[in-house]
Amino acid sequence: MDAIAITVNGKPHSVEVTPDTPLLWVLRDTLGLTGTKFGCGQALCGACTVHVDGDPTRSCTTRIAAVAGRNITTIEGLSPDGRHPVQVAWLENQVPQCGYCQVGMIMTTAALLAKNSAPSDADIDDALGGHICRCGTYQRIRQAIHQAASKKSANLAPGDATKNPALVEAR
Amino acid sequence: MNASIRVLSNPTRRDFLKAGAAAGAGLVIGFYLSAHTSEAAALAEAEFAPNAFIEIDPHGDIQLVVARSEMGQGVRTSMAMILAEELDADWSRVKIVQADFDVKYGDMTTGGSASVRSSWDPLRKAGAAARDMLLTAAAHSWNVPKEECAATGGSIIEHKKTGRKLGYGELAANAASVPVPKDAPLKDPKDYRIVGTNKHRVDGQYIVIGEAHYGIDTKVPGMLYAVVARPPVFGGRVRKFEPAAAQAVAGVRKVVEVPPVEMPSLFGEERPANSGHQHYLWGGVAVVADSTWQAIAGRKALTVEWENGPGAEESTEKQRATLVELLKTPGKQLKKIGEPDAVFAAAAKKVQAEYETPFLAHMTMEPVNCTAFVRDGKCEVWAPVQNPGGMAAALQSALGLPASAVTIHITLIGGGFGRRLNIDYGVEAALISRAANAPVKVIWTRDDDIRHDYYRPITRHAMRASLDAQNHVTSWLHHIAAPGTDSMYLGGDLPDTGGTEIAGTGLPGGTVPNYFLEQSFLHTAVPRGYWRAVDMNWNVFAVQSFADEIAAASGKDPLEMRRELIAATQKPSEEGDNESDPPSNVARLRAVLDLAAEKAGWGKPLPAGRGRGIACLYGFGSYVAQVAEVTVAKDGSVRVDRVVTAIDCGQMVNPDMVVAQIEGGVVFGLTAALYDEITIENGQVQQSNFNNYPVLRIADMPRVEVHMIRNHEAPGGIGEPGVPCVAPAVANAIFAATGKRLRRLPFQFQELAHT
Repeated sequence: MDAIAITVNGKPHSVEVTPDTPLLWVLRDTLGLTGTKFGCGQALCGACTVHVDGDPTRSCTTRIAAVAGRNITTIEGLSPDGRHPVQVAWLENQVPQCGYCQVGMIMTTAALLAKNSAPSDADIDDALGGHICRCGTYQRIRQAIHQAASKKSANLAPGDATKNPALVEAR
Repeated sequence: MNASIRVLSNPTRRDFLKAGAAAGAGLVIGFYLSAHTSEAAALAEAEFAPNAFIEIDPHGDIQLVVARSEMGQGVRTSMAMILAEELDADWSRVKIVQADFDVKYGDMTTGGSASVRSSWDPLRKAGAAARDMLLTAAAHSWNVPKEECAATGGSIIEHKKTGRKLGYGELAANAASVPVPKDAPLKDPKDYRIVGTNKHRVDGQYIVIGEAHYGIDTKVPGMLYAVVARPPVFGGRVRKFEPAAAQAVAGVRKVVEVPPVEMPSLFGEERPANSGHQHYLWGGVAVVADSTWQAIAGRKALTVEWENGPGAEESTEKQRATLVELLKTPGKQLKKIGEPDAVFAAAAKKVQAEYETPFLAHMTMEPVNCTAFVRDGKCEVWAPVQNPGGMAAALQSALGLPASAVTIHITLIGGGFGRRLNIDYGVEAALISRAANAPVKVIWTRDDDIRHDYYRPITRHAMRASLDAQNHVTSWLHHIAAPGTDSMYLGGDLPDTGGTEIAGTGLPGGTVPNYFLEQSFLHTAVPRGYWRAVDMNWNVFAVQSFADEIAAASGKDPLEMRRELIAATQKPSEEGDNESDPPSNVARLRAVLDLAAEKAGWGKPLPAGRGRGIACLYGFGSYVAQVAEVTVAKDGSVRVDRVVTAIDCGQMVNPDMVVAQIEGGVVFGLTAALYDEITIENGQVQQSNFNNYPVLRIADMPRVEVHMIRNHEAPGGIGEPGVPCVAPAVANAIFAATGKRLRRLPFQFQELAHT
């Protein structure tokens, strides 16, 4: 195994894995970046989506050798403060249910909005068509994308987003 | 005892999150460790922990413990809301803690849309008792009558006459010495500040930054990764295997056999010896490696010879043919009212139809996985699990350990839908960890997940009804042929009435004066399990489709006919919630039917090729009516344009999450109605991934509207009631659009093609 150089969220890494190793497992098992999810292993569900030089890419079928020297952005690097407009819109519309697929949805949406600041419903269908949400949150996803694009505030689910209690994951 | 002060294991991450938090949100994340400092010890003594669910420390930090599993239904939020409401806590400042498995919390199973229903009273009482003790402590401090003191909702007790205030933290030490009251008064619902308002889910902020930790994200020092080669045929076993090639793969540490294990019942039920249950872990061969990908590569190189067993003879084609045969001879009688056979035989006008539903997989987005560490006579498990009690019992039994030696950490779950009521994957992970002598994360690839599921069972229904001269329904006969679900875990061929096979059968048939329900049993090696809404799915599809067929035969409007039938309900009492009977409260059912119809524009004309269909149910303590609107193209393709739901689930805790559960339930029901079927050939599942087991995608998402009836009735369930009516509502809409009746799921759209 030779070392392969990749840049993840602006940080250079040198990883020693076989060249056929999918980027997904390098991110998760080697670098410990578990925000990127394993869903299908065959680029059918979109849960593993990251950006490679800005393009939404299925990391589960992307060989690590193919991204040597490239710039990879994962959900952990999407924004410095977790307040990317897409993340904000996702919260304001209370999109996630189980949330497992949502990271992939957010990464694809962020890439879409970077290229198309006012996507139509058809543009959204096209961009997100490769993603699956088993909880069925599509209606809110569409709403959140339009909101993120327009930067309007949500009128759905008037909860108190800024007054959320803390969650301690394990005790 | 546990210190109430916990330190963060990763302050850097915390700082990042604090920076990322919305203004004012005291975000805390990560694993808390007990602090072994003298300060912590001193504070621990002064903390107020009146029960297992509430801890208040002298700083006023309030921890609320959630003892159910979060899988998207919002339970970490709703459970805490109920506690915080009665405690009159400041919602924005409570900390919510996911409990590990512990018998002190009572039943921790998350299923049957039951969490809010079964926790509603205990959690309210826990919160109210704590509030009452704080009131007593405050009254003591001020030396005033308790009646002059009130909780303000901000984690503060106020003396109303003087305006003096004490925070819960200041009261904690004194409250701890107040005796726990037996019947502390509960709040009047009109005074609710938290329950019934929309609160954002407490996991949301972690989800959108990729810091929500699901089972599959578990990290344990020294952890290895494993994938397992499992018997391709249900009931098969390992005959022998050749590990050398797998061991030669870089990073592979060990190749170990997983022995077959008999597993206990899921929920502690007793089962007689030789009951014929099929609840076994059938074993396999695990490849343990330094990374997931190396384990997968190792498994590819592995050679295993299997002992297939009799399951290898099974196929979907044979099963379907057997179901048809089973319906030709009498089954076991489950219910009989009046003289159904005689009335049906003598009737001049009869309606008959058969309906069919397939095996279905759960396909949670987070594939099945589990991390386990078995060493020194102890077992520690990190599991995305809906049934930690059942898993604990199975681990004790499989490993020969006492209850005290088993720890289960319940992780966030990336979709449950009933799959994770099963415990196979926890036992398997523990056996692999023991054999590998290391902490091991076992990951199921997607094809592992779909091929080794516990499937919603295949069913076929023969329905018969007779009409009199005025088109009143005089008899209703329903024969179900299916493999049992409970029999999987408990043995026995047939359910008693009320078992997991016949929920949903009684509406509207159970209102007919002559009624008959019988069942025949299909023997199969295919594992069956609980799948979001369980038996309600196949039974509601049959009865709500058939109700439409009767309406058509009698020339009545489907909505009007349902109103007529439910008006005839003669259920004498509110006793029990037997979901195979018609609902006891007809008025609530009628109200959701009327609301759904009104909002959907029932009866308003639609262009050619379009139609509306209606279906309703009573189940999980809730009342649901749904209207689907479809467009059918000439090639037979169907587009579901809109689904309108009306629901009465009693007192809502978090209304926006009720809406979300219905939205999701509609998609779940549509996916099953439109696309999916698990088929068996040579005893093996033929599907492998989302390409041949599709899930509805964004472009096919209909407009989903949810209309809620608000009241303060006892809370009903919400995770499942949105699913079962979808398929019959769509079938009925297709009939309205085309005059053609689709009686098999998933819909066989080729039957609709015309020129």
